[in-house]
This record gives sequence, structure tokens and C-alpha cells, in this order.
Amino acid sequence: MKAVSLEFRHVQRRYADLVAVRDLSFEVPAGNICVLVGPSGCGKTTSLKMVNRLIEPTGGQILVDGRDIMAQDPIELRRGIGYVIQQVGLLPHLTVGDNVAIVPRLLGWAAPRIKSRVEELLALVGLDPATYRDRFPSQLSGGERQRVGVARALAADPPLMLMDEPFGAVDPIVRERLQNELLRLQEQLAKTIVFVTHDIDEAIKMGDLVAVMDVGGVLAQFGPPREILANPASDFVGRFVGADRGLKRLSLSRVGDLDLQPPTDGFKPRPGQPLVGRRATLKDTLSQMLDADVSAAVVVDRNQKVLGIVTYDQIAAALHDGSTGSR
Amino acid sequence: MNIVTQTATWLSDPIHWSGPNGIPVRLFEHVIISGVSLVIALVIALPIGLYIGHTGRHTNFAVNSANLWRALPSLAVIAIVLPLTTALDPQLGFKVYPTVLAMVVLAVPPILVNAYAGLAGVDRDILEAARGQGMSAPQILGRVELPLAVPVIATGIRSATIQVVATATLGAVFGFGGLGRYLVDGISQNDTGQIMGGVVLVAVLVVIAELLIALIQRALTPRGLLLATTTSAAQSSI
Amino acid sequence: MLDFGWMADHIDELAYRTIQHIWLAGIAVGIGFLISFALAVLAVRRRATYGPILAVSDILYTIPSLALFAALVSVTGITLLTVEIPLTMYTLVIFVRNIAAGFDNIPADVLEAANGLGFTGRQRLWRVEVPLAVPLIVAGLRLATVSTLALVTVTSILGDSFGGLGFFILEGYHRSFPTELYFGAVPSILLALAADLLLARLERRLTPWSRETVVADPTTLVRTSEI
Repeated sequence: MKAVSLEFRHVQRRYADLVAVRDLSFEVPAGNICVLVGPSGCGKTTSLKMVNRLIEPTGGQILVDGRDIMAQDPIELRRGIGYVIQQVGLLPHLTVGDNVAIVPRLLGWAAPRIKSRVEELLALVGLDPATYRDRFPSQLSGGERQRVGVARALAADPPLMLMDEPFGAVDPIVRERLQNELLRLQEQLAKTIVFVTHDIDEAIKMGDLVAVMDVGGVLAQFGPPREILANPASDFVGRFVGADRGLKRLSLSRVGDLDLQPPTDGFKPRPGQPLVGRRATLKDTLSQMLDADVSAAVVVDRNQKVLGIVTYDQIAAALHDGSTGSR
Repeated sequence: MNIVTQTATWLSDPIHWSGPNGIPVRLFEHVIISGVSLVIALVIALPIGLYIGHTGRHTNFAVNSANLWRALPSLAVIAIVLPLTTALDPQLGFKVYPTVLAMVVLAVPPILVNAYAGLAGVDRDILEAARGQGMSAPQILGRVELPLAVPVIATGIRSATIQVVATATLGAVFGFGGLGRYLVDGISQNDTGQIMGGVVLVAVLVVIAELLIALIQRALTPRGLLLATTTSAAQSSI
Repeated sequence: MLDFGWMADHIDELAYRTIQHIWLAGIAVGIGFLISFALAVLAVRRRATYGPILAVSDILYTIPSLALFAALVSVTGITLLTVEIPLTMYTLVIFVRNIAAGFDNIPADVLEAANGLGFTGRQRLWRVEVPLAVPLIVAGLRLATVSTLALVTVTSILGDSFGGLGFFILEGYHRSFPTELYFGAVPSILLALAADLLLARLERRLTPWSRETVVADPTTLVRTSEI
């Protein structure tokens, strides 16, 4: 299903004694990943849950594909939105295959279609269908469970996905792998995804758009990661992003984005000089240069052919220029 | 309304408050036999249960024997024991011993299982922290494990008490006295006043017993636990 | 010591009383389960009712069975109702607690995921909550059945038309005839143990999805005997 846009218009959620979300407005164009990030109590999870009406807004409007969600039946709405949570919530009494098949079954798909869809999705998230389809959740590792959770959310091919700290419960190595796989999936599927996290690095890595929220449900800043890092809108955002935001911005740009000077004839890398590919981030490159205590790194292609060099000055210029980097 | 007036009449009649079949006597019998049985059961069950819970050994025995005992109909237990104890001691063996034995048999499982579960349920992390701070094993048992296990153990004792009071009532079927006497006699004499009077007395006794145990439990529960349960109850009501 | 000849002569009656015993218990367990299920769902859905429902069942729990049977005699005479009302009430005590605990023990994230996926309330109840509550429900069924079987013996005080195997116990006592006493006592114990074993098997069969055996909190399951 084609991805859809999502819009929050002055959305509010108040309880008897506190306001969890206050006047939240932003727009997410179709096919983008929007990350809601902020400290505990900023209302990011509440905001997420208002989209599929697990929590009802007390004010404002939420529009999915231009339609007010309050005008739709909540059950129908939820079957059309993928939902992934931190503890996954796989139904323990169903097999992996049955878990993934839940929404298609609720929607009344034909059995053969469901079966092939389940296999397709398990393969998509990197789990061999033959091995995993008949296993039970209690037999899976944390990373495997989370993959099944994602497969389950994708089962009915929803145009919108909600993910609430989905990778928070796994160790950093697994988390990085899952993040990369989600990004890879997104290149293929181009869904609209709303992603909640408390980790600013995850937000910058995953988000096309980032909404930084402050305690009390206030939107502190909304924009692409580069913008948040380059121009924090307030002290709070500046502090939340971290004093190393300059370095963080470097992780958004790749060596290939720079204008590389071609090497002079007979140029050879000195011993100890780092060799980087075009896809390396400026941050990693800088880090290697510092480790090796050299003033330039050598850029090579897949065949180790030298393409040029990168110097400190170039990196610094990229930082201040602000025009490099795709995000 | 008829039932109520009959009951009130029976209860207010002074005849029923005097003599060997009077309320005070029956009440006394009931309380004494309940108390004795409970004490015997405690002496048997508490040490075993605490041992199993503390050491973690023979847990299967604890759970299985609890299961087994659960299945025993107390009337049958009394019945089986009856001829044997009668042979031993024609007087008391006929009325008192079978009932006491049945009561002990039925009171042991709740106490044992809860003693085990109470100790076994203490968070291992807490015990490790205590050990890490340098508390000796007896100190940990006395200052950490037991206080934390009090609520669960007390619940078991409460169950046992109710069981015991109820089984004492049943003893009347086999000739024992106690408050059950009024129930059994009332049925055979078709005397509603007596039946309901007995019911009221039994109910009052049970309520008082419950309250006593609850008070004792409260007194023995460490303050921190009391506070914790009230806050978690409040949170779960959101 | 025991008159085996007498026993052989009365096998028919043994069969009759055994069947009576089972169906007196069965009625109470069946009806009690249905009522308790509804009450438990209510208690879990509307938290406000949870406390009162448990409190009421706690009060019932403390009333000795003999007293309850006796009290009912004045109201309903010596009829099936007199027998079944208390028996059913006692099953409620066990069932409501266990069924509610069964629902309560379902991890919150499973319920949240189920909601997010788009189950209706009904679908969630029957396709997610009930299957996951089955272990504790069956544990409760086991406890209630065994308890009720034990309680049926007490109904013998109401006379010949009831009592199941308890009939022999009482008769044996009144006639000072130990053979008859044991004729009733031993089978009633065996019956209860057999039921316990069968239901324990059922309990184990019904949870194929988890390798760890569901350990229901033993403290809640200790039988409220024939009180």
C-alpha cells in the first residue's frame, strides 16, 4: 500500500492533573521516517499512541492521509496501522507464523495468500521461514522476537507504521543491526514511520524528520536532523542534543559528499595512513585520522584505487558550510 | 422475618447460655480444640515449610504433599481415624481425637506451603545484597528473609485457622461438641432457632478469629512492606 | 475386622452413591464455573468491581459449610437446592480468584500489542486472554472439583437422599459399624485423589506453548477445605 502523510494539528492530551501533550503540530510527508525524541515525561509515547487511538486526544486533530482519525472506527484504524512496541508483545500461545498472520486473518484474507505473505515477511526480516514459522516466541532470542514483531506489523502492508522504542530492549550490537535493517527495509518499502526513542543518536540515525519534545509535552523543535544539530532552537534542544553536536553532524555527511582532489601522479598512501571508502562518514574518518595522528586520510574505491585525500580543513569546512550531507 | 425472630428468641433465651450444652461451654470447646489443633499444626508445618523455603530442597515434596492433602475430604479423614482412636481410648478417642487429627491434617498444608512460598518468594537480589553487605546467614534469615515473608506466611496461617474452625464444626457430626453441636442437633430436631443461632455464633467466631489474625499479621509486618503494598495498590487502580 | 461379605453385598449401593456423589459435585462445579467466569471477566474489565467481588467471595470462604447447609435448611428445606446452593457458592470462591488471576497474569505488553493490532474487545478476550488464562483456570477447576467432591460428603447430614459416599460414613457412625464407615470413607478419598490426578494431567496437556511449566502461586491455590 502506498505510504500516506501524517499531520498533527494542535494536538493535546490532558489528564485530570496534568497535560501530557500540549499543542503539538507537525507534518510528516508520505514515505518519511519521523522520530519523536525527548526525555522521560515529554509525551512522545503518548503522542504515538494517539495516532492509533490507543490513547484518545483531548484536543486538536490528527490526520492520516488527510482524514481525521476520530472519524474512523478505531478497530479499522488499528488494522491499517502497523504497531511495534519495545517488549514486542508476541502472543505466547501462537507460533511465529500465526503471530505474523494475525492482522491478515482479522481482515479475512484467504489462507493461501496469508501463508505466502507470512513466508515473504519472515524472509524480509531475515528469518528463514522454514525454521521459524512453527516456533513459539519463548524459543526465540530478543533480536529474533523483535524481527517477528516488525514482520507482524508489516503483515497487512499498512501505509503507516508506529514504533515505540522498538530496539530498546536488545543489546547495542543487535540494536545497530536492527536499525540498519530497518533502514534497508525502508529503502525498499518507503512507508511512513513514526518512531519514538529517548536516544538522540538513534533519532539522528533513523529520522528523516526529528521532533524534539520537552517535558510537559511541548514540541521544542521540528526539522531534519541536520537542522536540529546545526541550529538548536533553544537551550533545552542544545543540551539534549549534546555538546558534541558538531561531531554528530559529521556523522550525517559522507566522504563521498565532498569534492575530492584527485591524487597527484605517483601518490602513495604513507604507512599508517587510514584508508576510507566513499561511504564512510566524516565522523568516522576524523576519528581514524586522530587515532593515526595524521593530517589526512586517503579515499579509495573498492579496488583500493586511490581517489583522493581528505584533510582536517576539508572536514571543518564541511561542518561550517552546512551544505553537505543529505539529511 | 420468622427466621430472624426465631433466631433472636433462641439466642436470647437464658437457658441456652447455661449448662453443659450452653453457649459458653460449646464456645469454649470449639475454641480450645481449634487452638490446640492450630498449635500442633504450626509446630509441625512451620519448621518444615521454612526449611524447604530457605534451603530450596525438597520443594517437590512440599508442593506435592500440599496437593495430596488438598484432596482429602475431612469428613472421611475423621471417619477413618474414628474406629482406630476409639479402640485406643474409648472416651476421648471417640469424640475428640479424630476431630483433632483431621484438623491438624488439614491445617498443615496451608501453613507449610505458605511458609515455603513466603521464603522462596523473597527476591534473590535482596538476599545477595544482604550477603554482599556482610550479613551472616542467620542474620539474613532473621532480619531479611523472615520479615519479608511474613505477609505470605500469615496468609497461610489465616487459611489454616479458618479451616480449623470449620472442621471443628464438622466434628459435631461425630459426636464432638463445639458450636457445630447446635447445627447438627438443630437439623435433626428441625429447630430453626437453634440452627440459625448456631450459624450466627459460628459466623461471629470466624470473624473474630479473622480479625485477630489480621491484627497479628499487621503487627508483624515490617512497616516498609505495609507502605509498599498501599502504594502499588494505588498505582494499579489508575 | 472388616466385614468383606457385607461390602460385597452392597456393591450396588456403592455404585449408586458414587454416581450420586459425582453428579452432585458436577452440577455445582459446572454452574459455579459459568457464573465465576462471567464475574471474573467483569472483575478484570472493570477494576472497580474487583475489590468487592473478591471481598464477597472471601466472606463466603470463611463460612463453615456445615453452617451454610444448616442455614439453608430453614429456607429451602431438604432439597437439591439446599445442597447445590452452598456447593456452588464455594466453587465461586475458588474459581473467581483463579480465573481473575489467570487474566491478570497476562503480560501487559501482550495486551497492548493485541489492542494495537486491531482486535475488538471480544476477539481479544476469546483469542488472546482466555487461551493465556487457561493454565490458571484449569488449576482452579482442579481445586474446585476436588473441594466440591470433598464437600459432598458433608451433605449426608441432610439425610438419606443426599450425601453421596458420605451416606455410608454417617450410617456407619450411627450404627457403630466400622465396615460401613470405611466403605464410605475410603472410596470418597480415592475418588477425590483420582479426580485430582486426572485434572493434573489435563493441566499439563493444555499448555503446549511454553516449556517452562506455569507455576501458579501456590499460596492462592491451597484448598479452602470443607469449611
